[in-house]
Amino acid sequence: MTPPSTPLPPGATTAAPAGAGDDPVTASLARRSPLAPRAGRRGGPVRPGRGRGSSSSRRRQGWLYAAPTALFVLVLFLVPLGLVLRMSVSDWSLFAGSRGINVPDNFTAAVGDRLFGPAVQFTVTYTVVTTVILIALALGLALLVQEATRWNSVVRTAVLVPSALGLASASLLFYALYSPQSGPLGPLLQRVGLADGPVSFLGTPTAALWSTVALVVWRFAGFYMLLLLVGLQGISGDVYEAASIDGAGRFRSFWHITLPLLTPSLALCTILCVTGSLLAFDQFYILTKGGPDNTTVTVVQLVYSTAFAGANDLGRAAALSILVLGALVVVNALQFKALRRKDV
Amino acid sequence: MSAPAPARPAPPPSSRRPDAVPSRGRGGPSPWSRTPTYVLTGGLVIIFLFPLIWAGVASVSPQAGTAQSEGWGLGNYETLVGYQAGVGRYLLNSTVVSGLVVVLTLGVSLLGGYAFARFSFPGKDLLFLLVLAILMVPYATLLIPLYVLLAQLGLQNSLVGLALVLTMFQLPFATFMMRISFEAIPAELEESALVDGCSTFGALRRVLVPAVKPGLVTVGLFAFLAAWNDFITPLVLITDSNLMPLPLAVANMRQQVMGIVDYGATQAGVTVLALPCVLLFLALQRHYVRGFMSGALKG
Repeated sequence: MTPPSTPLPPGATTAAPAGAGDDPVTASLARRSPLAPRAGRRGGPVRPGRGRGSSSSRRRQGWLYAAPTALFVLVLFLVPLGLVLRMSVSDWSLFAGSRGINVPDNFTAAVGDRLFGPAVQFTVTYTVVTTVILIALALGLALLVQEATRWNSVVRTAVLVPSALGLASASLLFYALYSPQSGPLGPLLQRVGLADGPVSFLGTPTAALWSTVALVVWRFAGFYMLLLLVGLQGISGDVYEAASIDGAGRFRSFWHITLPLLTPSLALCTILCVTGSLLAFDQFYILTKGGPDNTTVTVVQLVYSTAFAGANDLGRAAALSILVLGALVVVNALQFKALRRKDV
Repeated sequence: MSAPAPARPAPPPSSRRPDAVPSRGRGGPSPWSRTPTYVLTGGLVIIFLFPLIWAGVASVSPQAGTAQSEGWGLGNYETLVGYQAGVGRYLLNSTVVSGLVVVLTLGVSLLGGYAFARFSFPGKDLLFLLVLAILMVPYATLLIPLYVLLAQLGLQNSLVGLALVLTMFQLPFATFMMRISFEAIPAELEESALVDGCSTFGALRRVLVPAVKPGLVTVGLFAFLAAWNDFITPLVLITDSNLMPLPLAVANMRQQVMGIVDYGATQAGVTVLALPCVLLFLALQRHYVRGFMSGALKG
C-alpha cells in the first residue's frame, strides 16, 4: 500500500491507521485511495529513498500484501487443522455435534472397523501398481517424444489432453466406456479374440483394480510425461556427446547418464504419484463404488463413508483422517530421505 | 455437439525453442527407420484421444436404453436439461464457483507472491511454509472440520463457502508460481517506478502486473481447471441439490432410475464437463506447459 508521503517518526509506522474494518484487503484499499492522488509522480513529496531507510514501512507493507494469504491460511487451514485434532478425541456426531471428550475411543474404533485392514491393504496395492506402471509409461513416453519435431508435439498434446479433465469426469467417461450396454471395449476385445464372452470390467476385484488403473494411467500419463520432459531438457547435450565419443551406445547412455541425471524429476513424479494414489477417492467412488463386495474401498473412501455416508461419526472419521495424515507424513519423509541420498 | 478434436497440431510448446530439447538422433536417420516410431506414436495418439472422441460421438448416436434410441440427435442432452434442477442450473453453479475461485486465487496470490518475492517481514518464511504445508494435508482431513466450521460461519451449503475452500487448496501452487514470477523480474524495473514516485501498489499495478501476466494466466488456468473439476469438496460441503456443481450432478444422475443407468445421459454430461476444459487447455497449452517448467525446475 502507499507509504506515507511524509516520513513518519519511527514507531508510528507500525500502528496501522484505524478504520475500514478488520478485513485487511478492504482496510488497505480504503487507506490507499485518499493517499494515491497525493503521491505525485515526479517532484512529489520527497520519499525516504526506497527501502533501507524506511525498512519498517516496507515490512508493514509486506505484511499487508501477505495478509489475504495469511487470512486464508489461518481461517481455512490452521483453524480446521486444530479442529480436526479436537474432533478426533471427541464423541462428535454429524447431526448432534460434540458430546464430550472420549479419547482414545475414536482411534480404536477407526482401527477396529472391519473395513480398515482391507482398505489399507487395497490402497497400498493400488498405490504400488499405479506408481510403477505410470512412472514407467511416462518415462517411456518422454523418451519417445523428447525430440522437438512437429509430429512429436502433436503426440505430446494428445497424451496431455486427458490431464485437462477432472478425475471425476474421466471416471464418469470410463464408467460409460466400461459399461456392458454401451461400452465399445467389450465387443472389441471379443472381436480380437481376447475375450470369449461379455467382458465385465468392474465385476471382479481384480478386473475392477486393473480397470481403474487403466483409467488413472490414461488421465495422468501426460502429466508425468511433461514433468519428465522438463527433467530431460535439463540434461545438457554435451554429456551425451562426450559419452558417444567415448563409445557409449544408446542403452549405456540411457542407463549411465539419463537415469541418474533424471533422478530428481523421477523423485518428484514418484512422490506426487504415491501421495495422490494413497489418497485415491474420486475414481473408486464413481467407478466401482467400493465394489464388488467392498474389495476396492480406499482409505479416504472409508473416511468419507464414516463421516457422511454410513456411520455419520465425525469423531471417528477425524481420527481416521489423522491416521492418514500421519501415514502420509511418514511416507513422504521416507521418500525424501531415500531419494535425497540417491540424488547426492 | 461434436467431440473435441484436439489432434489439430496446436502450436507445439517446444517447437518455438528448437534448442530446448537436445536432439539425440545421430546424424539424419533415413525415413524408413522412423516408421516403427510413427506407428507406435500414432497408436498412442489414437489410444489417448479415443475415449474423448467416443464420449462425444456416443452422446449423439443412437443407443438402446437412452433418450436417443433411434437416429442421431440431441436426445441425451434433452435428458440432461430435464434432470432435476436442469443442466443449466448446474452449469451456472460450476461457472459461479470456478469464476470466484479464479478471481480469488489471482487476487490473493498476486498480492502474496509480491509480498514473498519483494518484501521482508517477520513471519515471512513461516507463512510461506504454512502455505506449502496445505499440500501435505489430505483433502479429506481438512474437509471434515471445514464442514463443521463453515456451518458456524454461515457458509455451509453455499457456493461462496465452496469457492473459499477451493481457493485455499489452490494457494500452494498459485503462491509458489507468483513468487517465482515476481522473482524473475529484475528489481530495477520496480525501483525505477518507485524512484519516479510510484507507491509500491502503483508499481505493482502499472509495472509489475503486466510483467507477471504469463504467471497469472497459468495460475488462472490451473485454478479454473481445479475448481471446475473438483469432486470431493462439493460432495462433502454441498448438500442442497440445487447448489451442486456439474460433476456432482452428473455423477448423481447415474442413480436416477433404480438399477438402470442412462449411459447416454452420462456421455452427454461428460461431454459438457470436458469440452470447456479441453478447449481451454488447447488454447492455453503453452501456459500450462510453462507452469510445469518453472514449477518443476525450481521446485
